[in-house]
Parts: sequence; structure tokens; C-alpha cells
Amino acid sequence: MLNIVGKRYWFFALSTIVIIPGIIAIILWGLPLAIDFTGGSILEVRFDSGAPPAPADVVELYDDLGVLDPIAQSAGTTDIVVRSKLIDEATKALILEEMETRFEGPLTLLRFDSVGPSIGIEVAQQAAGAIGLAALFILLYITYAFRGVPNARRFGIAAIIAMLHDVAVVIGVEAIFGHYLGWEVDALFLTALLTVIGFSVHDSIVVFDRIRENQRRHRLLKFEQLVNHSIVQTLDRSINTQLTVMLTLLALLLFGGVTTRHFVTILLIGVFSGTYSSIFNAAPILVVWENREWRSWFRRRERAAA
Amino acid sequence: MFKSHYRRFIFILLVMAGAIWIVLPNNPGIHLSFLDKDFEVVQGLDLQGGLRVLLEADLPETTEIDPEQLNTAASIIEKRVNALGLTEPVVQVAGSRRILAELPGIGNPEEAVATIKETGLLEFIEISYEEVYSLAPGQRIKTDFGLDESDTTAEDTATPTPAADEEQPTPSEAEAVDPPEEKIFHTVLTGAHLKSAGVDQDQIGNFSVVLEFTEEGGDIFTDYTATHVGDILGIVLDKQLISFPQITQAIPTGIASITGNFTREESNNLAIQLNYGALPIPLKVVESKTVGPTLGQDSLQKSTTAGLAGLCVVMAFMALYYRLPGLLADLALLCYAAITFALFKSIPVTLTLPGIAGFVLSIGVAVDANVLIFERLKEELRSGRNLRTAIDLGFSRAWPSIRDSNISTLITCLILYWFGNTFGASIVKGFSITLALGVLVSLFTAITVTRTLLHIVLDNIRFAEHPRWFGI
Repeated sequence: MLNIVGKRYWFFALSTIVIIPGIIAIILWGLPLAIDFTGGSILEVRFDSGAPPAPADVVELYDDLGVLDPIAQSAGTTDIVVRSKLIDEATKALILEEMETRFEGPLTLLRFDSVGPSIGIEVAQQAAGAIGLAALFILLYITYAFRGVPNARRFGIAAIIAMLHDVAVVIGVEAIFGHYLGWEVDALFLTALLTVIGFSVHDSIVVFDRIRENQRRHRLLKFEQLVNHSIVQTLDRSINTQLTVMLTLLALLLFGGVTTRHFVTILLIGVFSGTYSSIFNAAPILVVWENREWRSWFRRRERAAA
Repeated sequence: MFKSHYRRFIFILLVMAGAIWIVLPNNPGIHLSFLDKDFEVVQGLDLQGGLRVLLEADLPETTEIDPEQLNTAASIIEKRVNALGLTEPVVQVAGSRRILAELPGIGNPEEAVATIKETGLLEFIEISYEEVYSLAPGQRIKTDFGLDESDTTAEDTATPTPAADEEQPTPSEAEAVDPPEEKIFHTVLTGAHLKSAGVDQDQIGNFSVVLEFTEEGGDIFTDYTATHVGDILGIVLDKQLISFPQITQAIPTGIASITGNFTREESNNLAIQLNYGALPIPLKVVESKTVGPTLGQDSLQKSTTAGLAGLCVVMAFMALYYRLPGLLADLALLCYAAITFALFKSIPVTLTLPGIAGFVLSIGVAVDANVLIFERLKEELRSGRNLRTAIDLGFSRAWPSIRDSNISTLITCLILYWFGNTFGASIVKGFSITLALGVLVSLFTAITVTRTLLHIVLDNIRFAEHPRWFGI
């Protein structure tokens, strides 16, 4: 039988290796916040002629009109996306008019967002609150659902640690992609993050449930073996569920269009990480806790390589 | 035993028939005397294009906003928005100091924002019964208040007219040079002449709205009512007729009361509108998002394709991996898709891009329950149980983990919904609603539907003869 629990420190190490670059990216570059959080305006325009102007020319146009901090990007072959300080509807109309005359050609407004700065701070605070609250409620629920099992709270905390692992992975990836691909943390990203949290716990519970059941049936088995048993027994299910969710997400990624691409990619990474962490982190953490292994962490180093 | 499975099967067939009927693209809806319902897909702003505006009370942070006032402002804005003639605009209070307005399919966002922010104007106009009934609901009318040619305020024009027009109750006809639809009504008084409006209840319990005019307004009102007994005094807010009481007697006191078959709520609403013709609190735009229709339609088409592709791939996977039970699970999955979509149409749930993503994602959740059950089923079969017992055991053993994992997903949905609701992020809200609905429906289909189908199809099969049908 596969011995997953025995190699737990290898898996912990793997998780650390995946998370650390993300954390470095966050420290170096920070998280690229969208105007949802920072305030400002974003204007997306399609040039029907198929020949959009160079981004630099658009920036010049903004400068001429006195709009501060413009950043222009090409998107696809026909579209231009411009971010800037907050502008109102009237200024937007002026910009569109000016674009039409200066760049000679009819254009279509695809999107215009403007968010005041006060909103942004509030949204960020509430998002943090929402994640904290979700974690708290899930912890409470798991403690309740596993109330018949000894040390029920451990299950909840192990699930939360696995969940934090997934949050770290997702945020780290976002920071890296944000730096290289210009992805931004927006409301959709938060939605993806919260969904990942939900799924991560979902997966952990399936494994925990098996441990709960086996504990009742095999009272004499060592806890370590029991956990390994439970993981192996649920492995087929974990892989198959993982596959179906990945397949649907892949379909969304391939056919879903640009608007949701960022969202779906984050979900894909997060859901994968969620399954990984529930098998290789959440359940093994229970074993670490049961054996109180931290007492030997610093005394005998060879343990870590066991 | 058999009976109950068949009974359940018939129930499922009935549910499916209903769901499919609702899902049909040209559903006529239900139009009965007590129930009037259309089943239509409500598309969110990101799919059909439109404008989303978040307004905030333009008062210092420390000022406490009266929720009553915020509600009033929202209802006034709603009236203005409705006058723009859009399909399904949404105006709602978001949090403690904001109002969210969503205007789908708007052509001119600048004008819309201006309309929302404009100061409301309350007028009392001269109008006849025929004219009242010729107006379409929500139709905007023209009045002579503030017109260039008269260049006078209501008080000046009000005094000369009654004397001349006792017999002829349409004094403004002279001004109505335009075609008859474009009639310009004469404004007798404006909101500036109104001191306050309140609700009163008489001894037999009828509600009425009491108007108190300013001194100047009272004089005009007294003169006007003296000569117009039996006529209608139209009350107009933002150029829309909101009430048309008849003048039953001359009123010399400057205090009038509007009676009718008012409920408490109706009279309250009217009083609020009269009091706050203008918005009760100043508002500023803190967030506005415009999505052009091109982008929306593009996204809709693509995500529909993606959803269908996802469904097909998952169904193929289930059939290949779990064989016969997998095929039955595919049937359950189709039920799931039909029921969920029928719910979207009948509640109705506004479909947004993340909403569709939530729906597609919940397909994965729906399948997960079946995967859990089938893995259990296989285990029980391998340990030598007969098929019928194995099915029941598979379900009962898989149930606790299905229950607990789905409840945790529902908890997340709940918090997402709260999060989306407090700061008016309808995107997040849409996603959480569709995911939660999907989870709930999947519990029904993955458990009840799959189980019934399994029993009906498999109870008479001997597992030992066909292990390959089960992928064992």
C-alpha cells in the first residue's frame, strides 16, 4: 500500500518550496491591486478599423486632456485598455471624442469603470474580514461535525492550515503572474480565492470523514496507519473529483473568453492545490499532532528526512 | 421496497417535466388570475451591457445616515430610472450609506448619471380625468413651469387663470401649440410652496395624506380651489404623475387632505414623495462601470460553449470510468442541469459571467457526490455484497462526507453573498447564489435521482454475471 503519511515531511517540504517563491514575489513586488481597491478609472475601447493606435499615443492624448497617471495597454489586435486616475462620465465622453478624431476611426466602448478611492479601502478590509469569517465558521462547523471524535478541534485546525496553504499558493501565484502578465487583484480574484477556500475544506472533510469512520471500526490500529489507510481509500475519489472539476475548469479556460481567463486560472491552481493539501498536508498534520512530533524537530534532525 | 422506488421515479419524472417545460426557450409563462409569471433568463450587466453606478451620501464620514432617508432616496432614484424605459433596472440600498443602480442596456451613460443625480421637482398641475387616463404608466409629461415663454413662476400664472377659465377647464390649451400628445400642462404650485406632508387617520380608520402649504402657497391654493371645485389637481414628481386627487371643495385654510382608499403604506409613500421631491440626502457617484454590449454578447456566447463542453467532457468521463452506474449518473447530471437552469429562470437569478462560472463549477460538485458514492459502491461490491445491499450501503456510507463537505461549501457561499451584498458587488453575489443553488440541487439529483435510477435499473441484475458493467 502507498505510504503517504510516512513521507509526510517530503510533502511538507514540497509545499514550502511552492509557497516560498510566491511569498518572495509578494515581498518584492507586492500584490498588484486593481482599481476596485485603489480607486481610479479603466477604459477599454475597440477600434473597429482593426488598427488601434500605439499605447504611447493614447497616453499622450490623456496627458493633453490633463488626465493624470494614464497607463495604456494593447489587448488583442483591436482593443486598447487605459488605466488612469479617477475620471467622470463627461471626461470619458471627451476622451472618446478626441480618440475618434485623433486616431481616425470609429470605435466601440467595451468597458468603462471608475471607482472612488474611499470604496477601495473599504472593499479590501471587508474582503479580509470575509476570509477570516469564512475560516472561523468552517472551523466551528468541523468541530461540531466531528464532535464524537477525540480531539475534534484538531480536525478543524488541520483543515484551516491546509486552507491557509492554498490561500498562500494562490496569492503567491497571483503576485508572480501580476508582475509578469499584468494580472490584478480585483473582486473576481477575491471570489476565486473564497471558492478555493470552500473547495479546500470540502476535500479535507472527505478525507477526515474516512478517518472518523475508520477510527470507529479499527480501534487497535496505530493512528499513523489509520490515517494512511484513510487517505489511500479516498485517493480514487480525490483524483476523480479533481479530474472532473479540472475538466470543467479547463473547458472554461479554453472556450470561456478573455474576461474570465484570469478568474478560471486562479481557480484551477487553487482547486488543484486544495486537493493536494487535503491529502498531503491536512491529514498528515493530524499525525504530527497526535505524535507531538515538534518535540523532536530540533533535537534529531534526521527525523525530517525519514 | 419496489413500490417506493417507482413512486420516487414518477416524482422525478414530474419534476423533470416541469423543469424542461420551464427551460424551453419559448416558454409562454403562467398567466392565471392568481399567478402571473414569465420565465425568462435575466442577464446581468456584464452579459448584456449596461451601466452600474454606486452612489454614496455626500456627507462627512462621521454623519450618521438615517436608513429611512436612504430608502427614500433609493425609491426616488428608482422612479427616475424607470422613466428611462429600460428593461429590469435595479436600484437598491447597499450598506449603510450607499445606493446601487444597475441599468442594463443603457445607450447613453452620461445622460443616465445626470438623470439619477438631478434634483427632484414636485409640481401640482391642472389636468382633466381624460388626460389622466390617456397617460401611459410612467410617461413623462411637460409642464409650463420654468418655460421660457411664460418666464414667470407658478404663483404669477396661477392667479389670472382661474377667473377666465371657470367654464373651460383646460386653460393651458393656448400654450399647447405642439401636437396633442405633447400637451404642456399648467403648473399651479411647486414643491417650494409645500411646507410639509404627513399621514393622518380618521375615526373609521381611513388613511389620508395631509398637505400643509406655506403662506404664499396657501393663498394660491385657496384661490385655485375656490374656482376649481370638481377638477383634478395632478401631483407630478420629476415630470411623472404620481397622484391625482379631485378638488371636492374650496379650501381656504392652506391645509388640504387627500383621501382615497389608501393603505397605511400607500399614504406613507405618497407623503414621503411629497416631502422629499428632492432627494433627502445629497449623493455623489463613487463608482461607475460601463460594459458595452459587444463585450457582453461575446462573453455570453463563449461561456455557454464552455459550459456545454465542460458538461460533455464530464459525462464522457463518468461513463468511461464507472460504466453503467456512470451512465445513470450522467442522466442525473442532465436532470441537475435542467432543474438548476429552470430555477435560474423562475426565481429569477440574474446570470452574470462569474454566475455561469459558478454553475459550471457546481457541475463538478454534483459529480463529486456520485464519485464518492460509486467508489463506495465498488468497495462494497468487492467485499462480496449483493448489488442491492451494496447500493444502499454505498449511499449511506458516503452520505456523511457528502453532507459535511457540501455544508462547508454552503457556508462559504453564505459569506460570499454577505460580502457581495454589503458593498454592492453583484458579481460576487451572483457567483455565490448560483454556486449555492447548484450545491443544493446537486444534493437532490446526485442522491435521490441517482439512487432511484440505480435501483430501478440494477435491482434485477446479477452483479456476478456482469462485473464489467461496473468497471470491476
